[in-house]
Amino acid sequence: MAFFLETLIGGLMAGMLYALVALGFVLIFKASGVFNFAQGAMVLFAALAMARFSEWFNAALGGDSLLLANILAFIASGGVMFVVAWVIERLALRNLVNQEGATLLMATLGITYVLEGVGQTIFGSEIYAIDVGMPKEPVMMFENLFEGGILINKEDFIAALIAAALVAGLSLFFQKTSTGRALRAVADDHQAALSIGIPLNRIWVIVWCVAGIVALVAGIIWGSKLGVQFSLATVALRALPVVILGGLTSVPGAIIGGLIIGVGEKLSEVYLGPYVGGGIEIWFAYMLALVFLLFRPQGLFGEKIIDRV
Amino acid sequence: MKIRSLALAVSMATIGLTSAVTSTAAFAQAKEQFFPVLVYRTGAYAANGNPWANGYVDYLKLVNAQGGINGVKLSFEECEFGYATDRGVECYERLKGKGATVFQPLSTGVTFALTDKAPVDKIPLITAGYGRSESQDGSVFMWNFPLLGTYWVAADVAIQHIGKQAGGLDKLKGKKIALVYHDSPFGKEPIPMLQERAKMHGFELMLLPVAHPGVEQKATWLQIRQNRPDNVLLWGWGVMNSTALKEAQATGYPREKMLGVWWAGAEPDVKDVAAGAKGYNALALQHSAEPKSKVVADVLAQVHGKGQGTGPKEEVGQVLYMRGLISAMLAVEGVRKAQERYGKGKVMTGEQVRWGLENMNLDQKTLDAMGFAGVMRPVQTSCLDHMGASWVRIQTWDGSKWVPGNDWYQADEKLLRGMVLNASRKYAEEKKITPRTPEQCKQ
Repeated sequence: MAFFLETLIGGLMAGMLYALVALGFVLIFKASGVFNFAQGAMVLFAALAMARFSEWFNAALGGDSLLLANILAFIASGGVMFVVAWVIERLALRNLVNQEGATLLMATLGITYVLEGVGQTIFGSEIYAIDVGMPKEPVMMFENLFEGGILINKEDFIAALIAAALVAGLSLFFQKTSTGRALRAVADDHQAALSIGIPLNRIWVIVWCVAGIVALVAGIIWGSKLGVQFSLATVALRALPVVILGGLTSVPGAIIGGLIIGVGEKLSEVYLGPYVGGGIEIWFAYMLALVFLLFRPQGLFGEKIIDRV
Repeated sequence: MKIRSLALAVSMATIGLTSAVTSTAAFAQAKEQFFPVLVYRTGAYAANGNPWANGYVDYLKLVNAQGGINGVKLSFEECEFGYATDRGVECYERLKGKGATVFQPLSTGVTFALTDKAPVDKIPLITAGYGRSESQDGSVFMWNFPLLGTYWVAADVAIQHIGKQAGGLDKLKGKKIALVYHDSPFGKEPIPMLQERAKMHGFELMLLPVAHPGVEQKATWLQIRQNRPDNVLLWGWGVMNSTALKEAQATGYPREKMLGVWWAGAEPDVKDVAAGAKGYNALALQHSAEPKSKVVADVLAQVHGKGQGTGPKEEVGQVLYMRGLISAMLAVEGVRKAQERYGKGKVMTGEQVRWGLENMNLDQKTLDAMGFAGVMRPVQTSCLDHMGASWVRIQTWDGSKWVPGNDWYQADEKLLRGMVLNASRKYAEEKKITPRTPEQCKQ
């Protein structure tokens, strides 16, 4: 029982981290109707910027204050992500207003390669560390209830809390602010939004900026956990089944989807894996998402699209 | 009309000059020994692929700086394949036409794919510390050279070391050893040897595959926590290694009980885990980090010192840099040996280099003179043994650097030979290859 709970809790916390990346997909899709394939590359780019700025600032400060170096690095990386958002809007999206979804998707595919290449060219392709003071040692809980207790990964726990806070904040932003409503309007119909005076270009810069900040937070958390290196870009592939399952237009869907995928893949690996040779968690997540799609093509919380024939 | 004539004259002169330059270049090329370099400087494995490639290329530059191989200069061309087997084969196809006489794919998957192609193209494959374990048998695998060691050697030595720590191999009975491996041909390669050893000594072998690239291992380490194996063997590459160490830390598994293969024992594997990996052990394919060796001093002086270094200066002498450098040295020595038979100062063909690799005899005196004193031990190949050496050390991460141990291990020759022959004969039957006889070997 204790082991089952450990696996379950581990899955839930991993799920929150997936949700954090999935959030980037949802934000941009919700606000611009673009399926942003470049979200993983943005996570990598942001994490590389954060790791290297932190290293450089720390060296410039004489290695005395890592906290100050990290704060400066966060601000600088945020600035870099703003520039990235602005450049993407200027060079790619502005020319693609009112184009088909597939065209925009292909554009983000191109952006992926550019960001991966430019990121590694500027910041390097080694493994870099982000040290934001996340605890690495585990903690044992409920030792009086279960023999040996239940192991909780403190780093994952804190990361899950940060992810939850970010998700809550973004939900409020979308639902309660006028900018949030403008973003949703743009997503519904570019031309209609333009006709009522919503500045499309500015809105796109805003949404890509927000997605960039989400990518930065995800990059810091994942980078602190795994080290900053190219594989961070593949983390986005772990978030794909999450958005398929949760629905592309729903922030709460990203969370619930993340939790289901996180728990599903951990339990499947531990309990089904040994019977089929192991190493199944990656494809199991996609299979789970496919099964959901059979019954709810729009995902758990996605908007049902009804077209008049 | 005048302008047209002038233009025509200029064009003709240009064509003439170009052809003259081209033929000079072609002549110059004909006097160069070409080394293709398959690299992965981008992608998920770049952090580990880069230092290997830098060491490889720096050594070729060093040989050139010292006058080449008996006057024959070395040329090289890199081909980026991102550790993807299909792209690796593409690189091979592209570079073989440029006069390649030896390939080193740095990928077991690519080695498997090229093993059938090499005999057709007559280009030897050096797979120092990776590749097919049974390819040690040169009577069947005429073109494969798993120099210095195979994964069966690594697995065998790993169990010997764990046995030694436990107080003897007989003490392994009833123990549990987990293999956390990259779910690829590379990761699966040691399994037959480990299963054989498990049968011999009565320990339980747990197999835990990790999907590429290895960033998600939570479920794997939860299983380790549940089953509490006495030791964990880590057969990873790239980010999988540092992730495994971080998960071990997060689940409280003692790093001292972990032993990595020689591809899980370099700086990129532990650098960002730092103190969290303290006590972790890894096999060393003879060498460890060797910043004080003479060959490193030579590279720094004659390559980096002249502004021709391939990578960062600080990396020179690190574990994977040394692996790349030694791999290049083995290829160069294969060519040098071939020249002894086929003509000094000549460019060798693939077949001639194959002979050189099969008759390599690098004794300690030669190695020391080349600057490898304390870095590696003698390598002597033969028709039946394309590996040439099976020496392994254990190194330990002390939180900031790798510290090589003093004990040297060798694979159990009897056990290894039996397994190699069984597997190579099976391969020969499958591929309808007639193993070379001792007489044929002498040719």
